[in-house]
Amino acid sequence: MKPVYLDNNATTRVDPRVVDAMLPYFTEQFGNASSIHAFGADVGTAIRHARRQLQALLGTEFDHEIVYTGCGTEADNMALLSALETQAGRNEIVTSAVEHPAILALCAWLEKARGVKVHYIGVDSRGRLDMDAYRKALGPRTAIASIMWANNETGNLFDVETLAELAHEAGALFHTDAVQAVGKVPMDLKTSEIDMLSLSGHKFHAPKGIGALYVRRGVRLRPMIRGGHQERGRRAGTENAPSIIGLGVAAELARTHLDEENTRVRALRDRLESGLLQRISHAMVTGDPERRLPNTSNIAFEYIEGEGILLLLNKAGIAASSGSACTSGSLEPSHVLRAMKVPYTAAHGAIRFSLSRENTPEDVEHVLEVMPGIVETLRGMSPFWDGASATRSAFTPSYA
Amino acid sequence: MWEYSDKVKEYFFNPKNVGVIEDANGVGEVGAIACGDALKLMIQVDPDTDRITSARFQTFGCGSAIASSSALTEIIVGKTVDEALKITNQDIADFLGGLPPEKMHCSVMGYEALRAAVANYRGETWEDDHEEGALLCKCFGVDEGMLERAVRNNNLTSMEQVAQYTKATASCSTCAETVEEALERINAAMVSEGVLDARDAFVAGALPPTRRAARKTSPLVELSTPTAPARLTTVQRIRAVEEVLTELRPVLQGDGGDCELVDVDGNKVMVRLSGACVNCQLASVTVQGIQQRLAERLGEPVRVIPVPAGH
Repeated sequence: MKPVYLDNNATTRVDPRVVDAMLPYFTEQFGNASSIHAFGADVGTAIRHARRQLQALLGTEFDHEIVYTGCGTEADNMALLSALETQAGRNEIVTSAVEHPAILALCAWLEKARGVKVHYIGVDSRGRLDMDAYRKALGPRTAIASIMWANNETGNLFDVETLAELAHEAGALFHTDAVQAVGKVPMDLKTSEIDMLSLSGHKFHAPKGIGALYVRRGVRLRPMIRGGHQERGRRAGTENAPSIIGLGVAAELARTHLDEENTRVRALRDRLESGLLQRISHAMVTGDPERRLPNTSNIAFEYIEGEGILLLLNKAGIAASSGSACTSGSLEPSHVLRAMKVPYTAAHGAIRFSLSRENTPEDVEHVLEVMPGIVETLRGMSPFWDGASATRSAFTPSYA
Repeated sequence: MWEYSDKVKEYFFNPKNVGVIEDANGVGEVGAIACGDALKLMIQVDPDTDRITSARFQTFGCGSAIASSSALTEIIVGKTVDEALKITNQDIADFLGGLPPEKMHCSVMGYEALRAAVANYRGETWEDDHEEGALLCKCFGVDEGMLERAVRNNNLTSMEQVAQYTKATASCSTCAETVEEALERINAAMVSEGVLDARDAFVAGALPPTRRAARKTSPLVELSTPTAPARLTTVQRIRAVEEVLTELRPVLQGDGGDCELVDVDGNKVMVRLSGACVNCQLASVTVQGIQQRLAERLGEPVRVIPVPAGH
């Protein structure tokens, strides 16, 4: 049995076609894109092409709207820090309680070190944003609102277009961390109100260590890394040519596979999810089944702890992940599940399966075969499990 | 992912003594589902001999929590209750071939469950020593009293030591600042009582103490890739040493010191430091520098030994 990789929201395999496109830029076309000679000029041409490939995926009109970064986290940091500098007299941020640490840890530091006021908008039990609270938090002091396009743990999609319009009504900028959405959700930024958008290559089969910040034309951007004139002086540092070129090819592949993500991959995810719920009692899907990424399923198994599940899955050749405390070094379960008020009896046993276009029906069947036994083994050890005939449940799933 | 020892994996994948003892005469329950781990330990004790005849467990928790629980049951069976109480959480961790630092609390849970089960067997009430809110480190249940006892009894003066002795801050480390403040306060009190040297006291945000003590002996410099030509004769060696010292002397003289060659004996080079080098706290650094240069020039390990004036 070949290993089954279902942790694509953590990272994806680099597509071999991406690797092939990158390789010449290490040894043959190794020039500095800023140089005048042929070594550099050829690389500059390749980077311009890669930028157009990424633009096509995002649906942007102008090439200078893309600023390459080292990762999604850097793009997130740049967006928020820039907004606080350029939005004179505005010293507040509106964000959500379920953002990635790239936003939340930065906000916590801004509160402490810079006295910035941050509004963390809550979510309901399905992870949907509290729109009333969002509207109320926006005001003349808001520099920027930053709400993720898709949640990394549950896959929940947020209505970023409406959120951007509301931010603009308050005179604030709008940024979205779209690291999980790019390549899975159709985008047409040239008709969008979104001011800034972060993305990360390794989430859609490009290598790690390359990301980008989209900055809508006319939106002012203060650099976070100062130095040379690369990226029009907005992000200094020699261009990471092989990775930028790899990101371009990955973007083109993502564009051609976008339909597949939303049809074939979605069907695999649905088959996995319904199959597990049929076979295993006291399990529930967390998140919003109506508005979700097509590749993600987060299922909470009651009365057991996630790390044990992952270790046994790993032994069966299956890679997944968990928002469980014990796998992250913290003693608290995922901040996302806590924000959704998923009961503790289930939050510790939440497992995230995230698929990609590389998964097959056999992968799904293998999980369906081994997972019931794993849950049974661990429940057999749990002091909270009453046995197979348990009728007691700490909560009722909102849907089956 | 964590690096679990083979023993931890063995005890997680094939745990021993899982389940319930229906007529257990000692039951200890610690942890809670909300905390992410919980352990119910059941023991059967022979009242005549006070010996634990069987032990079983049920655990909600991660792989190392299950392994620690199973290990505990293996360790205590056959022991008298008093013998069992001598077991520490470190014994559980050692039995498993060690636990990742972040997982040490799993062994603490086993230790506490054992105390609770024994208390239950003896008809005593067992309760947490700590009141909610008084805890500095929630992960490991460390309150200020426990921290102060550990710091004073063991002269702890760094956060690293505090983590090693009490495990406070060793997991989520959200309490790091609170514990830093407490350690600073306790050390300051110890200084004012005259039981701690002010130079050793912990100060939050300060640089760690220097390592001057570690520099007192100058170890042999090992060259990984000897590039030197064939072995030198004694005369050649002495000449080479003199050349190096001649190069280095202007640097020492610039700082008001000086250095002269006294003798060369095999790989031992005796030098006399004079002027400002005498009694300079950094003299050992100087000696090491000379040693390094000599080793490079000679292509072999050298030990530089400073000799006192008049030698």
